[in-house]
Amino acid sequence: MDVLKPEDIETLCLGATLLGAGGGGDPYVAKLVVQQALETWGPVQVVDAGELPPEALVLSTAVIGAPTVILEKLPAGTEYVGSVNALASYLGKEPAAIMSIEVGGLNTLLPIATAAEMGLPIVNADGMRRAYPQIEMTVFTLAGLPATPLSIADEKGNQCVFKTTDNHVAESLARGAVIRLGLANAISCYPLTAAQLDEHGILGSLTYCNEVGSLLEAVKRGEEDAWERFLTDSGSAEFFRGKVVDLDRRTTEGFARSTAILEDLDGSDSTMRIEVQNENLIAFLDGEAVITTPNLICLLDCETFEPMTTEYLAYGNRVVVIGMPCAPEWHRPGMLELVGPRAFGYDVDHVELPGRPR
Amino acid sequence: MSSEANQRDLRVGVDVGGTNTDAVVIDAVGEVLAAVKVATTPEPIHGIRAALDEVLVDLDHARISKAMLGTTHSANAIIQRRDLDRVAVLRLAAPSSLGLRPGAAWPEDIHTEVVGATSIIEGGHEYNGQEIAPLDTEAVRRLAAEAIRDECCSVAVAGAFSPASSEHELRARDVLLAELGADFPVSLSHEIGSLGLLERENATILNAALLSVATSVISGFEEALAERHLEVDAYLTQNDGTLMMAAEASRYPVLTLGSGPTNSMRGACALARVNDAIVIDVGGTSADAGILVGGFPRQSSAAVEVGGVRTNFRMPDLISMGLGGGTIVRNAGAELRIGPDSVGYAVATEAICVGGEVLTLSDVSLAAGRMTGFGDPALVRGIDARLVRDAIAWVDEQISTMSDRMKSTRAPLPLLAVGGGAHLIPDVIPGVSEVIRPRHESVANAYGAGIAEASGSVDRVYSYEASSREECLDDARELAANAAVRAGADPDGVRITTVTEVPMTYVPGQGSRVIVKAAGPLA
Repeated sequence: MDVLKPEDIETLCLGATLLGAGGGGDPYVAKLVVQQALETWGPVQVVDAGELPPEALVLSTAVIGAPTVILEKLPAGTEYVGSVNALASYLGKEPAAIMSIEVGGLNTLLPIATAAEMGLPIVNADGMRRAYPQIEMTVFTLAGLPATPLSIADEKGNQCVFKTTDNHVAESLARGAVIRLGLANAISCYPLTAAQLDEHGILGSLTYCNEVGSLLEAVKRGEEDAWERFLTDSGSAEFFRGKVVDLDRRTTEGFARSTAILEDLDGSDSTMRIEVQNENLIAFLDGEAVITTPNLICLLDCETFEPMTTEYLAYGNRVVVIGMPCAPEWHRPGMLELVGPRAFGYDVDHVELPGRPR
Repeated sequence: MSSEANQRDLRVGVDVGGTNTDAVVIDAVGEVLAAVKVATTPEPIHGIRAALDEVLVDLDHARISKAMLGTTHSANAIIQRRDLDRVAVLRLAAPSSLGLRPGAAWPEDIHTEVVGATSIIEGGHEYNGQEIAPLDTEAVRRLAAEAIRDECCSVAVAGAFSPASSEHELRARDVLLAELGADFPVSLSHEIGSLGLLERENATILNAALLSVATSVISGFEEALAERHLEVDAYLTQNDGTLMMAAEASRYPVLTLGSGPTNSMRGACALARVNDAIVIDVGGTSADAGILVGGFPRQSSAAVEVGGVRTNFRMPDLISMGLGGGTIVRNAGAELRIGPDSVGYAVATEAICVGGEVLTLSDVSLAAGRMTGFGDPALVRGIDARLVRDAIAWVDEQISTMSDRMKSTRAPLPLLAVGGGAHLIPDVIPGVSEVIRPRHESVANAYGAGIAEASGSVDRVYSYEASSREECLDDARELAANAAVRAGADPDGVRITTVTEVPMTYVPGQGSRVIVKAAGPLA
């Protein structure tokens, strides 16, 4: 994957939906935006962090706002370019490449459109390789790298830059700005040198996203042994096949929380309960936690193998639940405090997946 | 006698399907007084006329007070890319949304035919009702001029957050009408779809493209009624199974696109006098399963594509599979292969049981003793008994899986077996309390149209901080009920059918999207 062209985006989009782990926003609109950007500005080069000069500046961009609003105020493109330019101008240095902070959900794709518009390469690395609801939930935080200075921009030309003492303050200031700028904005955070990204980032995340997307496409086409190959090659394990029999949605403190109850398809009494805060965070099999954040809990439609996002999950859906290992770069001191079950308020111990992480 | 003749207590329901046009006359308590089935004609109005003539033959026309039409004509026009109008598209959202042009991801053939001049101009609103930018009326005029040059005969207007703030769409329409003439057709997105700009814009473009097709069918329907001296109110059924006055329906044809399956399911349940049930409709080629909850079909959560165009309509949650009366059964060596291909409606001439050559599920059903009243049992006696047993076992397994996939709990539900191939459905199905085969089910679609109610809905974003949640919900309920009354519902009979709250993540002030629907019997 050296270059991204419009026809490459479909596979990447499927992988991104899967890595969204039920959240991360619906990448459909982002896919169309990227395809239009690549048609307009031409293909985007994909580079590894190690290929760039060590001191080269890498800037991320992502959407920040409310999912409902983003579906109504579609991207202009200029807000993402604006967020990158605002941060570059604060730092007094031009970026050499663009990156995605979150390879999972729609933020996987939007930076590719920005890279196309700015004529820059996209780096094959990120800070999550899944989706999470908060800015500080990255492997960069584990490495002590601050999210700030960060910038917020809108499509009208409004821009602001925050430099804060810690990532929690950054999060709250960013959210405050976004509320006043229309709730569908661009954020650029974690400005890094290529050397810092190469040392602390999750490397190869775009390739990984493309690979799981491609493995899943084979499953969807009904190829022989494709499901086993998907599980083996992604290091995932199947935990349950069941039907959604209860779904309780609520919003507390701004997050979409829900609980989904699944009953076994074979008519046994076995049930699975999935706790969701934007993303699927914990899966309990007959009361016992079997998959926990930061490992990924992904639900796929039993028939079509389409990854199911939480917002479209409905009573009666028949799903297969898989546990996918999080990126190995998460396994550093501080992981559980930052993104383990207790970081989300669940009194549950983290469990490792049986498969081999990769 | 004369007092009876003066009673205006009957309604006529008409359904135009791909194969048949059905009509029923229903009395005040829902009894079927007459039901007919005629062939659908290339110009649907001929079939409608024939069905009306036949169904009304023994009835006093003066007793008919209302006529309801359900039709797949608009849906077919889109699927077959036939008779569609060319549409100019005006989006009010700039500088937002410039990264995604109108008509993105439309299949090329329908895009070429339908999407003409497009422009994204300054205007539209934010989530909180503020303007994204003041409406650029000069740019509206420029688009009007381009629409003429591009030979568009209709304009679709979609503004950001217009379901909550419709002002810019209304002003843009006024400018367009001043430029293009007061009769020029303009479709506004806030009258058509809910939140989700791209999908709502798509639906609005489809609506604008369907205006000629819809006007011709609906005026034909009204003429046919007038020719028969029927002084009635005419309605069309919408996707959700409720009614729209005919005049409205010719302005919003896209809202009637998916009424077929809805009418069929609601009709079947009303005929069987149940409100909660699984419905399996077996036709010649395929079987569709759906579920009714409280008398309305459960709606699909996935985005609905119409002719390859993504919209945000709610359509009945259906699963389909290739299992019908005409499904071809092959015995290739030791291996039994069933479908998915079918002889379709030609089952009446090509199946073995009517002297034809093709082994179909109808033949199997007759040999197994399920189908009666069609075909000659003597002709299927030669079919291998093991094949019949295996094919029937396959059918039972498919029906059982479809039924189970529809159910959301383990509690048993009744199952309604409808359609020309309903004989294939077994009498005993796991998880099903009873299999009901309603009388008159072959005209369930027309019956569903005939019993439909008027409805109204509201979809907007409230802040529970400014007013309490209960006050906001009351406001939404009142707006929906008023909309239902405007659509013809009896003010005393209006009830709220659904309230959906979608809390908006990350939005301050406890923002919540509230969708309320109300429905009631016609006044």
